[in-house]
Amino acid sequence: MLEATAITVSYGRHQVLDGVSLTVAPGETLGLAGPSGCGKSTLARVLALLQRPSGGTLTVDGQPISRWRHRARQRTSIGLIFQQPRLAVDPRFTLLDVIAEPLRAARRPLDRAHELAEEMGLTGELFTRRPHEVSDGQLQRACVARALALEPRYLVCDEMTTMLDASTQAHLVTRIEAYRERTGAGVLAVSHDAELLDRWAGGNVRTWRHRPDVVVNGSGGRPEGTSRDVSDRRIATRPNAEG
Amino acid sequence: MKLHVEGLSVRFRLPGAVVQAVTDARFTLDQGRCLALVGESGCGKSVMAHALLGLLPANAAVTGHAWLDDLDLITAPEQVLARQVRGRRIGLIPQSPAAHLTPVRTARAQLAETLRELGRPDTPDALARRAGLRPADLDRYPHQLSGGMAQRVANALALAGDPPLLLADEPTTGLDRPLVDATMAELRRLCDEGRSVLLITHDLRAAEQVADDIAVMYASRIVELASARAFFDGPRHPYAQGLLDALPTRAFTPIPGQPPELTRLPDGCAFQPRCPRATALCEEQPVLNEVACHHA
Ligand SMILES: Nc1ncnc2c1ncn2[C@@H]1O[C@H](COP(=O)(O)OP(=O)(O)OP(=O)(O)O)[C@@H](O)[C@H]1O
Ligand SMILES: Nc1ncnc2c1ncn2[C@@H]1O[C@H](COP(=O)(O)OP(=O)(O)OP(=O)(O)O)[C@@H](O)[C@H]1O
Ligand SMILES: [Mg+2]
Ligand SMILES: [Mg+2]
Repeated sequence: MLEATAITVSYGRHQVLDGVSLTVAPGETLGLAGPSGCGKSTLARVLALLQRPSGGTLTVDGQPISRWRHRARQRTSIGLIFQQPRLAVDPRFTLLDVIAEPLRAARRPLDRAHELAEEMGLTGELFTRRPHEVSDGQLQRACVARALALEPRYLVCDEMTTMLDASTQAHLVTRIEAYRERTGAGVLAVSHDAELLDRWAGGNVRTWRHRPDVVVNGSGGRPEGTSRDVSDRRIATRPNAEG
Repeated sequence: MKLHVEGLSVRFRLPGAVVQAVTDARFTLDQGRCLALVGESGCGKSVMAHALLGLLPANAAVTGHAWLDDLDLITAPEQVLARQVRGRRIGLIPQSPAAHLTPVRTARAQLAETLRELGRPDTPDALARRAGLRPADLDRYPHQLSGGMAQRVANALALAGDPPLLLADEPTTGLDRPLVDATMAELRRLCDEGRSVLLITHDLRAAEQVADDIAVMYASRIVELASARAFFDGPRHPYAQGLLDALPTRAFTPIPGQPPELTRLPDGCAFQPRCPRATALCEEQPVLNEVACHHA
């Protein structure tokens, strides 16, 4: 389980998350929606151990997290696909370097980078290009490949598909669902697209309702409902992982 | 104001390869109209928008014409583009706006500066509200903005000069549905007041809300040009049909096969390798006459 309990995050006077709890089970796809600015990306960074919360606890498969960022030992157990690919890559890297970076850091064979790139629909001509020489959606696909490189136990997809056309979107979701089924990883899908989330997560969606207006000691910031409360919205047409 | 694009092509030279990013684009955007440009990731939409504003890097070769009334944007000198066109006659909402904001200045400072440069009387607060931002959010620096907030700042910046033509490249990324609806209503209002909008978007529902016409691009070419109503009733190009079918509200199945490599496009129809209707005829490049397909 990836289990966040009573997470609080404040930026100066602004309290963005106020006691948020959320659990992603292995093998589960959970959708998360909510108004722009309500703190979804902030929570995503906390879950990926990239940002230390001001309060609350996080456990990964039963292990409580006490160190964050590069000092967190479980760091590679969680993959994060950032909302904004242009801000998430080193502009000097080629697309293949971007994908291979985690493999290199973990001293794993680099050939996997090729396979992953192709799986995400990146053609060979793009491998040696730098971020400014590819389209935003092409760069995002490299970021998805990078997030999968070390086969994380949990994958957090923060608006993974907003810059992708419907067909590429369906392709990537199919790949991620196949990965989930093969490895038993848990997936958290953050998106504003209610139809996509419903389809992707088979109705297992939590919707965050508070308005993003919380300043000091505000009482908002708590997602309503649990994944179980929404099971009545489960729809029969789960995306077929084999595509 | 009218935009008339005539045989516009863009090639990028790379070591050992040439990327055909836009090939022979032809369309007209009349005053008061909204044209939505849709198509596969990497097919050339953003490059086309940047070509219109002379914003491409040095390894790009642009040919053809793009008439903004009687100014050819492709041959216009940089000085004319910088002083008269960008921000004034043509506004651009760039894709991935967070990457275009100046990191060391607040959103308010950037809006104020743009308004001052353009000699506009509006206030940053008023602009922000039109884009769906609370004025209080303007005091943040770019890294303190959420994805959707950065998008709204970029939208406000593009509206600052009140340009007669707006190129909106994915203006709704990171926006929740009510904000998407408000943004589309704002674009529609601009058109109804006599401005024109070229809307590049993957959000087909947003396109349906606001567009008069739809242009579908595949592998650097426009392959279908239709009224929005005809398009959403049933597109004619097999690629466009596959695109609609891939929506999560429909089959949610991707178009089979790999995206085309723009460094080695075939002589014939580029969609042929993925097309259920392909025949020997498709070895020849189809001409665009509402739709560029031998079988449509
Ligand atoms: N580094 C920071 N410093 C100060 N405030 C921040 C910082 N990062 C985010 N915020 C604020 O925290 C709030 C939540 O931001 P976050 O990016 O988590 O929202 P979000 O739900 O992902 O929004 P969107 O749907 O627009 O992507 C926003 O009000 C934002 O301005
Ligand atoms: N500077 C460059 N040098 C070489 N090729 C480039 C350069 N910039 C873009 N390209 C290529 O040109 C093609 C068109 O890119 P463009 O950014 O216009 O795509 P797009 O249709 O906007 O895609 P998306 O939907 O992903 O934003 C892509 O295949 C891209 O790899
Ligand atoms: Mg976000
Ligand atoms: Mg683009």
